[in-house]
Amino acid sequence: MAATQETVEQVQSLEMDKYKYGFVTDIESEKAPKGLSEDTVRFISAKKNEPEWLLEWRLKAYRLWLTMPEPKWGKLEIPEIDYQDSYYYSSPKSMEDRPQSLDEVDPELLRTYEKLGIPIKEQEVLAGVAVDYVFDSVSVATTFREQLKEVGVIFCPISEAIQDYPELVKKYLGSVVPAGDNKHACLNSAVFTDGSFVYIPKGVRCPMELSTYFRINELNTGQFERTLIVADEGSYVSYLEGCTAPQRDENQLHAAVVELVTMDDAEIKYSTVQNWYPGDEDGKGGIYNFVTKRGICKGKNSKISWTQVETGSAITWKYPSCILQGDNSVGEFYSVAITNGRQQADTGTKMIHLGKNTTSRIISKGISAGKSQNTYRGLVRVAAKAEGARNFTQCDSLLVGETCGAHTVPYIESKNRSARLEHEATTSKISEDQLFYCRQRGISEEDAVGLVVNGFCREVLQELPMEFAVEAQQLVKISLEGSVG
Amino acid sequence: MLEIKNLHAEVDGKAILKGIDLNINKGEVHAIMGPNGSGKSTLANVLAGRDDYEVTEGGILFDGKDISELEPEERAGEGIFLAFQYPVEIPGVTNTTFLKEALNAQRRYRGEEELDGMEFVKMIRGKTKELGIKDDMLKRAVNVGFSGGEKKRNDILQMAVLNPKLAVLDETDSGLDIDALKVVAEGVNKLRAENNAILVITHYQRLLNYIVPDQVHVLSNGKIRRSGGKELALELEEKGYADYSGEAA
Repeated sequence: MAATQETVEQVQSLEMDKYKYGFVTDIESEKAPKGLSEDTVRFISAKKNEPEWLLEWRLKAYRLWLTMPEPKWGKLEIPEIDYQDSYYYSSPKSMEDRPQSLDEVDPELLRTYEKLGIPIKEQEVLAGVAVDYVFDSVSVATTFREQLKEVGVIFCPISEAIQDYPELVKKYLGSVVPAGDNKHACLNSAVFTDGSFVYIPKGVRCPMELSTYFRINELNTGQFERTLIVADEGSYVSYLEGCTAPQRDENQLHAAVVELVTMDDAEIKYSTVQNWYPGDEDGKGGIYNFVTKRGICKGKNSKISWTQVETGSAITWKYPSCILQGDNSVGEFYSVAITNGRQQADTGTKMIHLGKNTTSRIISKGISAGKSQNTYRGLVRVAAKAEGARNFTQCDSLLVGETCGAHTVPYIESKNRSARLEHEATTSKISEDQLFYCRQRGISEEDAVGLVVNGFCREVLQELPMEFAVEAQQLVKISLEGSVG
Repeated sequence: MLEIKNLHAEVDGKAILKGIDLNINKGEVHAIMGPNGSGKSTLANVLAGRDDYEVTEGGILFDGKDISELEPEERAGEGIFLAFQYPVEIPGVTNTTFLKEALNAQRRYRGEEELDGMEFVKMIRGKTKELGIKDDMLKRAVNVGFSGGEKKRNDILQMAVLNPKLAVLDETDSGLDIDALKVVAEGVNKLRAENNAILVITHYQRLLNYIVPDQVHVLSNGKIRRSGGKELALELEEKGYADYSGEAA
C-alpha cells in the first residue's frame, strides 16, 4: 500500500497551499450595512435604481425566506449560518459612476483580472470569447458587447438589463426558479446583486462563446448573482462561467441562481468551471456554494446541456437541472466533481420529463481524496404524459486514499410505462498497479495521478468548449496534485 | 551494462532474493528461468524499483551507476524498461497521450528536448509500421478492452517508442497462445541491437525458441543455481526444475 499512501499524503500536503487565486485586491468598496433585513433589500434595490415591481418581488421573497427551513436532505454537514454576520452588497467605490468604457475602469480592478489570468482588455482576451466580469456585487466590464449587438444578441449585466430590457426580464425572471423554490434560491431572489443577462434572438447562432467570471473579494461578503439566459426559436449559444475567491479563514456564502429558457429548436450549452477557495486542510474557511441552476426546454426539439467542473468550495450544494417540457427536447448533464481535504460536495441533477419523446443523459464523475465526502444525487422523473421518454445515467466514482467517501443517490420516478431508463454506476480506486505502470514508463507519481484522473473524467471534459478544455484538464491535475507553484 | 552484485531483497519482511550475481553486457540476451516462487518476478520488480521491494544487501549498477536508490521513473529515464506480466488498463487515456507523456518525461529526465506533437506522431507512425501494428491502436485507451495478445503487443510498442537500454520481459509469454507468442517475439527481435540488452524472465522454454538467448540462468529459492548457453533451456524443458527444488536452503 505504500505507493498509494504516499500519493495520499502528497495530495494532502500539496493541494491546500496551492490555491493560486487566494490573493485579495486592496480596493475601497461601498457596502450595505451588515446584516439582512428589509432595509438591506431596499438598499440593494435603490442602489440598482430598480423599478417598483422588482423591489416588491424582492421583498416578497425576503418575507418568504424568513419562513423557510434550510434544506437538510444533502449528505452535508453545514454549520449554522449567521445571516446577520454578512454583507449583502459590496461594490468597488470606483464603480459608483458606472464607467462608460474599459479606459475608465479602475486600474486596480484590471490588474486583479490580469493576475487571475483573464485580462479584461479586449485585445488581450481570448479571441472569440465575450466576457462579463463580476466583482463582488457588481459587473465591472463586459467585452464585445457592440459586436454582439450587431447580430441582435444581448449580453449585459442583469442590473442593466433590468433598466434597458425590463419586459424581457420581467417575463422570465423567476419563471424557471421561483423565489420559493428553496431557501438559498429565495435568499438570492431577495438580495441578488448582479450577474449576466443573455438573449439570443430567433434564428441566431451566437457568433462567440459568452462567459462570466465571478470573483468574490470583500471579506464577509456573500455573492448572490443571478444569471438569466433566453434562447429564442432556432437559436444557439454556448456560455461559460468561472469563479474564484481569496483565501480567507471565514466562510463565505455564494448563493446563485441561474435560469435558462429555450424555445423551439433552440439550444443552450452552459459550462461551469468552479474553483472557489476550498478552505484549508483542516476545513477552515472556504466558500459555501449553494447554487440553484435550472433550465426549461420550453419549445419542441430544444436542448439544454450542462457541463460542470467543480473543484473548489468548502461545501457544494448544486443540482443543475432540466425541465423537458417541449416534445423531443433533450437535457444533458456532464459533471466532474473533485473533493479533497475536508471539502464536501452534494451535487447532481434533476431531469424532469414532461413532453413526449424527451431524452436526457447524465454523466457524472466524482473524485474524492483526502478526508472529503463526495455525493452524486440525481432525480429522473417521467410524468404520466411523457410518452417515449428516455434517460441514460452513468455515475462513476474514483477514490484516492482510504479516508474519503463517495456516495451515489439516484432517484427514479416514472409514471409512464413507455419510459426507458438506464442507470449505471461504478466505484473504483486509483490502483497502485496503475501508478507503478505509469512510473515505470517514466511518468512521475504526481503526473501519473493527473493522467489517470483526467482519463477518468475524459467523457465530461471533452464536452467543454475547446478554449477551456485544456485549462480544465490542468485544473483537474492541480486540484489533486498541487503542481502549481 | 547491468551488474547485479550479491543482491538480497525482501518483500513485507520476507527474504526473497538471497544473493544474486548477474552481469549483462550490451547486445546480449539473457534468460532467467525458474519454478514458481523462485523470485523471478521479484527480481524484475526490484530492477524497476517498485515500492515494497526492499534491497537489504548488495547492489545494482547500471552503466556503472548505482541505481538501487532511484525512483521507478528515474530508472525508466536511465533506460530500464519492464514489460509486464499483466499490463495495466488506464481508462480514458489514449495510447498516444500515454506514450507522449512517458517519452517526454524520460527526455526531460535526460536533459533532452521534448518532442512536439508533429515530431511525435511522425516517430510513432514509423514504429507502428515497423512492428505491423495498426494505427487505430494508438487512439484506444491504454490496454482497455485489449485481448491478452494485444496488451503484450502494446507493451512491445511502448518498448519500441521508449527505446530502452535494457528491456526486462517479466513472463510476457504467460497467457499467450502460440501465434501471439510469435508476434511478440518477432517484435522483441526487431528491437535487438548492439546497444541494448534484453533480460527474458520465463517459466517455460517455449518463448526461448523465438527469442534465442545468449545465456540462460536458473533461479531457485532466491539464488542463481546454474548458468549456461541456450541449450540449458532445452535441458530444463526436458527435466523440469526438480533438480533445483532440493536446493532450498
